[in-house]
Amino acid sequence: MKTDWIPIALVPVLAVAALPLIPNTPTWVTLTVAGLAMGMMIFMMASGLTLVFGLMDVMNFAHGAFISVGAYAAASVLIAMKGDMQAASLAANLSAMAPALLAAMALAGLLGWFFERVVIRPVYGDHLKQILVTMGGLIVVEQLIHVVWGPDIIPLPRPATLTGSVLFGDAAIERYRMLAVLVGLAVFAAMWLVLGRTKLGLLIRAGVENTEMVESLGYRIRRLFVGVFVAGSALAGLGGVMWAMYQESVSAGMGMQMMVVIFIVIIIGGLGSVGGCFVGALLVGLMANYIGYVAPKLALGSNILLMVLVLLWRPRGLYPVGKA
Amino acid sequence: MPDALLALEAVNTHIGQYHILQGVSFSVPQNSLTMLLGRNGAGKTTCLRTIMGLWRASAGSVKFGEKEITRTPTPDLARLGIAYVPENMGIFAGLTVRENMLLAARGGALDDKRLEWIFGLFPAMKKFWGSLAGNLSGGQKQMLAISRAIAEPRRLLLVDEPTKGLAPAIIAAMIEAFREVKRDATLVVVEQNFHFARTLGDAVAVMDSGRIVHTGTMSALAADEAMQQRLLGLSLDAHQ
Repeated sequence: MKTDWIPIALVPVLAVAALPLIPNTPTWVTLTVAGLAMGMMIFMMASGLTLVFGLMDVMNFAHGAFISVGAYAAASVLIAMKGDMQAASLAANLSAMAPALLAAMALAGLLGWFFERVVIRPVYGDHLKQILVTMGGLIVVEQLIHVVWGPDIIPLPRPATLTGSVLFGDAAIERYRMLAVLVGLAVFAAMWLVLGRTKLGLLIRAGVENTEMVESLGYRIRRLFVGVFVAGSALAGLGGVMWAMYQESVSAGMGMQMMVVIFIVIIIGGLGSVGGCFVGALLVGLMANYIGYVAPKLALGSNILLMVLVLLWRPRGLYPVGKA
Repeated sequence: MPDALLALEAVNTHIGQYHILQGVSFSVPQNSLTMLLGRNGAGKTTCLRTIMGLWRASAGSVKFGEKEITRTPTPDLARLGIAYVPENMGIFAGLTVRENMLLAARGGALDDKRLEWIFGLFPAMKKFWGSLAGNLSGGQKQMLAISRAIAEPRRLLLVDEPTKGLAPAIIAAMIEAFREVKRDATLVVVEQNFHFARTLGDAVAVMDSGRIVHTGTMSALAADEAMQQRLLGLSLDAHQ
């Protein structure tokens, strides 16, 4: 199958284009890794939403709730395992992080299952109602977080061995950012394998294009919907933990705050395209870091500018999904 | 009709506020090709979609053999052996020809012997096996849609306008392919090309304004120009 390499090439092109604007190469390296790490975390949070939109045609503004709930679930585990988190041993740190990530994905996935059954199912096919009920759901979950975990921001220090930086020449790379890049790559590779190499992935890709035809071929698309929704919610939970540890704090509003950039990423990528979401997230991460350094006052608008430029070039996103 | 594979009895279908099918009744004999004809907007596509469960009948009964299928979900109908080729062909443009075909093999793998038979009917499928379906020409897309419907043995094929927008040479190839396919399957085909209909059809049901206004043999309709004029508003001879 022929791959469209032009959008992928935009990532190194953007990085190289930024080089003359940054005063020295070590700073450029630091910003580039920071941008890639940010992009990977955004990808984790956004990938589920783009699949849900592509497959189910659902505008789920409650996706932010899964991000917040995942982060809080992990925070509870990490606070309980404070000793392992503060130990100067990578094995001890990872032994605390692994159950925290699993708890985040499990609780976010469970919440996603509940949302699909109770909130989304009655409004399939009606975008206006979807926006209203999922926005309402997001607000309800935020308030429930206040009830369960309290209204205060919870500090979430990074594991002891993942604090600080590693020097590559004169460039300082934060250890945690390297971890974020590795986790993001692992998630992308897993999704790429499932979508590209399995029958389940084939069904999901076909369902994104034409759900009716998938049903006509004998597959119960409803079960696929639920599975994708739960998996997408779990990924949002995973991304939420990674983002919370990056920010070193957890707040009920963090999910809602991320939704703007997540929507920008999935629109840039092409609604329903996981590959597009990945490229879009990296572009957004890099752009935010470069512009934040070169022209801080423009940082807030940089992602909007990127989206406008991409849509002027490809109005349906970097990798348009052909919906029937 | 005792040997009917499919029987519709007083089927009504509403789409929103519109009452499209208004008491449709007809039977499809086993091992035959039934042409469903009628003017644009007569309800032919709605009829096929209602049989396939894509739109729900609001009243009436659809029977497949002895089984009542009026409320049966679409995936279960496919598992019973009903295949559907929609008017827009329903191919997955972002998937390769191979992947499109694999989806039709619910057992997981395609049967090599059957695949060779399909390649014999549509050599283009073999040639473009690894190509994206979205890059195929209109005729090749239709060939893929038909190939996918027959990737596994089916008891009933519902095909909506298989020659729509195709070049005459492709239509001729399609006629030959349908001759082969109808040897071991029952088909209901919605068609506007009357040469295609007359060449292949065994039985015919003509629709008008959501109702069946005529059923009989295709040969009888083809031989009766007055009936063609009355039912379809034109003569079949004009379309040869």
